[in-house]
Order: sequence, then C-alpha cells, then structure tokens
Amino acid sequence: MSTETPSSVSTSANSRPAHAAGDSSAGEITTAQVEHLAGLARIRLTPDEVTKLTRELVAIVDNVAKVTEVATPDVPATSHPIPLQNVFREDVVGVTLTQEQALSGAPEHDGSRFRVSAILGEEQ
Amino acid sequence: MSHDLTRLTASALAEKLASREVSSLEAVDAHLDRIAAVEPDVHAFLHVAADQARATARAIDARRASGDLTSDETGAARGGSELAGVPIAIKDVLCTIDMPSTAGSKILEGWVPPYDATVVAKLRRAGLIPLGKTNMDEFAMGSSTEHSAYGPTHNPWDLDRIPGGSGGGSAAAVAAFEAPLALGSDTGGSIRQPAAVTGSVGMKPTYGGVSRYGAIALASSLDQVGPVSRTVLDAALLHDVIGGHDPRDSTSLRDEWPSFAAAAREGAQTRSLKGLKVGIVKELQGDGFQKGVTQRFEEAVVLLTAAGADVVEVSTPSFEYAISAYYLILPAEASSNLAKFDSVRFGLRVNPPGGGTVEDVMAATREAGFGPEVKRRIILGTYALSAGYYDAYYGSAQKVRTLIQRDFARVFAEVDVLVTPSAPTTAFKLGEKLDDPLAMYLNDLTTIPANLAGVPGISLPVGLAPEDGLPVGIQFMAPAREDARLYKLGATLEALLEEKWGHTLLSQAPDLAPQEMFASEEGAV
Repeated sequence: MSTETPSSVSTSANSRPAHAAGDSSAGEITTAQVEHLAGLARIRLTPDEVTKLTRELVAIVDNVAKVTEVATPDVPATSHPIPLQNVFREDVVGVTLTQEQALSGAPEHDGSRFRVSAILGEEQ
Repeated sequence: MSHDLTRLTASALAEKLASREVSSLEAVDAHLDRIAAVEPDVHAFLHVAADQARATARAIDARRASGDLTSDETGAARGGSELAGVPIAIKDVLCTIDMPSTAGSKILEGWVPPYDATVVAKLRRAGLIPLGKTNMDEFAMGSSTEHSAYGPTHNPWDLDRIPGGSGGGSAAAVAAFEAPLALGSDTGGSIRQPAAVTGSVGMKPTYGGVSRYGAIALASSLDQVGPVSRTVLDAALLHDVIGGHDPRDSTSLRDEWPSFAAAAREGAQTRSLKGLKVGIVKELQGDGFQKGVTQRFEEAVVLLTAAGADVVEVSTPSFEYAISAYYLILPAEASSNLAKFDSVRFGLRVNPPGGGTVEDVMAATREAGFGPEVKRRIILGTYALSAGYYDAYYGSAQKVRTLIQRDFARVFAEVDVLVTPSAPTTAFKLGEKLDDPLAMYLNDLTTIPANLAGVPGISLPVGLAPEDGLPVGIQFMAPAREDARLYKLGATLEALLEEKWGHTLLSQAPDLAPQEMFASEEGAV
C-alpha cells in the first residue's frame, strides 16, 4: 500500500521456460527449478539455501496441494473478500510528495533523480 | 505512582486525563519508565520515541489547559476525544513520518517514510501519543515474532515463550503494561493470535473497515489494520478513532459505522445475551487443540449460555482447506507486493563485488535484506503464480476462498456469531517451531478463515490453561460489517469473566520489573 509496485521484477517472466503445462504434481520441484524461481524473484541464493528451500517447498506444496481436492470446475474463483467496483476520483491535481521527499529514502540519487546501476548487461 | 498509571486501562487513564487529575506528560513518563524497566526482558519495541512522546504530551497538556482540544482533533463525534493524551504503541508495519518503519526487515533498516499511514495520522489527530514502534515477524510473515530481523519478542507471561505473531511486539507491549493500546495488522491472525497467547484483546475489523494506506502490504486481499488493548472497551475506543472511509485506500468501505465504544459499553452494562445465536465451529475444536485451551473455551461457552445465548454447533467443512488456500494466496500476493524492494527508491542497496546490472544489484540486495521466511514465501508465491501451476495452485486456492465464503454465508444465516478458540495452543517455546515452517503455519488454523472471507474477528482472554498457567483466548467472528456485534458480545463475556474471577486476567501476569526499579526515576531508553 505504501508505494506503487514496480514492474521491473515481473517483466522478465516472459523469458521463463515453459513448465509442463497443466501438470500439477507436487513432487517435481527440483533444485534447478528453485534456482529458476529465485532468478524470477530476483533473490540470489547460496547452493545451501537452494537445497534447503527445495526440501521445504516440496513439503509445503505437498500440503497446500490439498486445495485441488475441492476446487472443482463449477466453483468460481474469488480474488477479493468484499465485492468492490473500480474507485475513481476527480482528475484534479492534489497534494503529492515533493521531489525531495520522494528521494529521501533512496539509496543513491543525484538530487533530482534515482541513481541506478546499468539496466542492460554487456551481452544485451 | 508511575506503576499505577501503567496499570490503568486506556479508558480509565483517559478519564483521569480529562479531569486533569493526571497530566499526559505524567502518563507518558510512567510508560517510558516501564519500557526502560522491562524492555531488556521483553523486547517489544524496535524504536522508542521518548523525546517526541514527551514533547507531544506537553503540547496536549497545554492545549487541554487552554481548552483548545477541538472537537475535530479529539474526534468527539466518534468517541475519540476520550483517548486524547493516552500513549500508544504502533506496529512497525505502519508508516510513521517521524520514526523508522522497518516492518521487522533489514531491507528497510533505518527507513523513515515521507508520510504517515492514515491510521497513524488519525490517532495523532485524536491526540493519542505514539511511544514507539513494535517488533514483528519480518513483513508480518510468521506466528511467533521470531522471524523479526531484529531478534524475537518475549512473552511477558513466560520470557522463554513466544508472544505470538506477527504482531508479538504490540501484544507484548500491551500485556507487559508498556502501553495501554497498540496498533496491529492482521493478515491471517497477526492481531488475534498474539492477543490470545499474551492475555490481551485483539480485533481484526471487517476488511475495508480501517484504512490500509501506509501499511506496508503483505497480502493486499487479506491485510487489515486493527486495535490491540487490555479490554474490549479500549479496543472499541481505538477502533472508533482509526476506522472509517479513506479515499487513499481504494479498498476502503464507504459505510457509516456505529460507535464501537457505545456497543462495548452496552455489552458490559446489560450482560445479557438473550436472543443471540452463537455457533460453535465443529471443525475448529477437538483434535489438535491443547486440553487446557479446550477446557477454558468450554467454560466460557457455559457463561454465554448462562447469559441467555442460544449456543448451537455448526459445520463449515471447507475450513479444513483454509490453511492450504491461505499459504498459496498469501505468498502469491506477497511475492508481488515485495517486488517494490528493488534497491532503487528506498531501503537497502547492496552492490555485488565487481558491480553488475541493476538486476544483479536487486538480487544481491534482496539476498542480504530478506530473512529466510520471506525468501521462502516469495519463492513459493512465484511458484504458485508461474505458468503451468497457476491454475492448479493459485486458481484452486481462489476457488477454496469461494467455498469458505459460502460456508460463512450459510452458517451466518443460522447464527449471529461464530465462536472458536483463538489459537490451538497456548504460547509455545521460543525456537520450538522455528525450523518447521509447516508446524508454524498450523498456528493460524483458527484465525485464517476470517481473513479469507473478510469478516471481523475478535480475541479476548478466557483464563489460563491449567497445565501450563498460560493465557487462552476465545475468538468470535461476525458477518462482514457487524464489528459492533463483536464489541458488544466481547464486553459482555469480559464482564462476566471478571465478575467470576474477581480480577482481570492480566493482573495475574508476572511483574517483570521489581518494584524498587520504579523508585529510581531513570527514564532513559
């Protein structure tokens, strides 16, 4: 809620390899798959973490896969607890953060903009 | 003197403030002394804003003296005026413009937001005085506060035990008399379960009843901010202050809410439950519930019956699938919400050795900044949302959500409220479940259904389990928008229990600070 979610993390999802479509058996989580997921989620993991997480995810997914027992095609999905319609406001300029406020928590900035590392690697 | 002030309920303290028998500065100082005395043991706070709290208290005292506590700023129309000058602790998941807001994570260490959460702005306007920020599981992921990056909080009843989670800091602060009130957030039980295991009161309002603007999001379709306190009336008074529509939260309901404090007062006064139909949830009792939890729960139900309630058993078969659905929906939403921690706009940035692209920096930052439970849930959520698994996992979980809502709708056609134990067990030992994520997840068995359906739920203490002497909580749930019903019923049961015991439950908690410590006026924190 505090800020907008950036699109940077999800964009690369387009480049993921196709998993076995429709195959939902839980036992197939492998260390390679956890490495791939960590890449999508932009979290670097040590080999030990990958091994541990793989083991934990297998156990967790085995359990939560229970939802498939009752999720029959005739049941509609619910994404939100209370039905709501789109919420609009008048298209008028309101009070917003100043540039200084918006940059106040930035790890690096040049006084008017966020400073980031190179977006593209050399191979790109 | 200072010891007595910290023992008062928020409403009793507010009366003394209003009559000017006590100044707000005295009240704040008493709580800062108490914090200094017990924090080495409890560690409920991540940040104590002693100087700011004293300055605010002086300002409130001056305004009260000059008759300048205006109706708007005291929230008189909503009952908030009663709490002007009362200190409060704030869960670190809520943005505060003058205090760091870390959500218990290293990735936000030292971050001071450029704005207040709406609930924080509202309580400031009502004259409440923030004492500091309370400890929590990192990004509210946990049931024990052990996943805080800043070390665990200890249960005031037994320092070797967990205070519940994720809002263990808020519950422990209230139970240890460090603050009469606290704000919490509840995504799967993070207000109610800590309340249960610390002997305090916690309320998860109807989804959308309290603004989430400035609450660092965990799972946006489940999160709800709510009050933590030592009495039902105090929770209701705070709810009156923080509740209501907020144009900055697009999921905020536009309802006109009744005075929850009035409902609580009515419940405590009438002490009659004639005409109220109460449903015991068959699926949330029995096997897997600690013996003493069941015993105190059943004794409380006897009191409800004696007060005139019509108690029946109801069945909600799909609740059996609630934990599974929750641990797909929550990680999925969290993996998206936590994408904002990208090392660009706020928080930590870690440059990997030899440099790299912004992507490499993000991955190194998130490796260093997130703890194991956060990594676990982000990866699980990424998995649940990935191609080939989306329909089977996330899609199925959303269907279970429909089934759970249907169960609620069906039983609420028969009964006015549902009742369950608030948690399957009393507080467990620190470290006991830390290496077993699945065992930890099962703590939320009783509280998760309310979040999935968006209905309100309240937990209040019903005694100590005979086998371990630790607090047991009872949970009531009502249909969406019927929060007042819970305050009325909760206050009735609370009054009946205290009449039976001859004291409050928290008066039986160990006094963590030896009396002589209060003689020295060393308030430094």
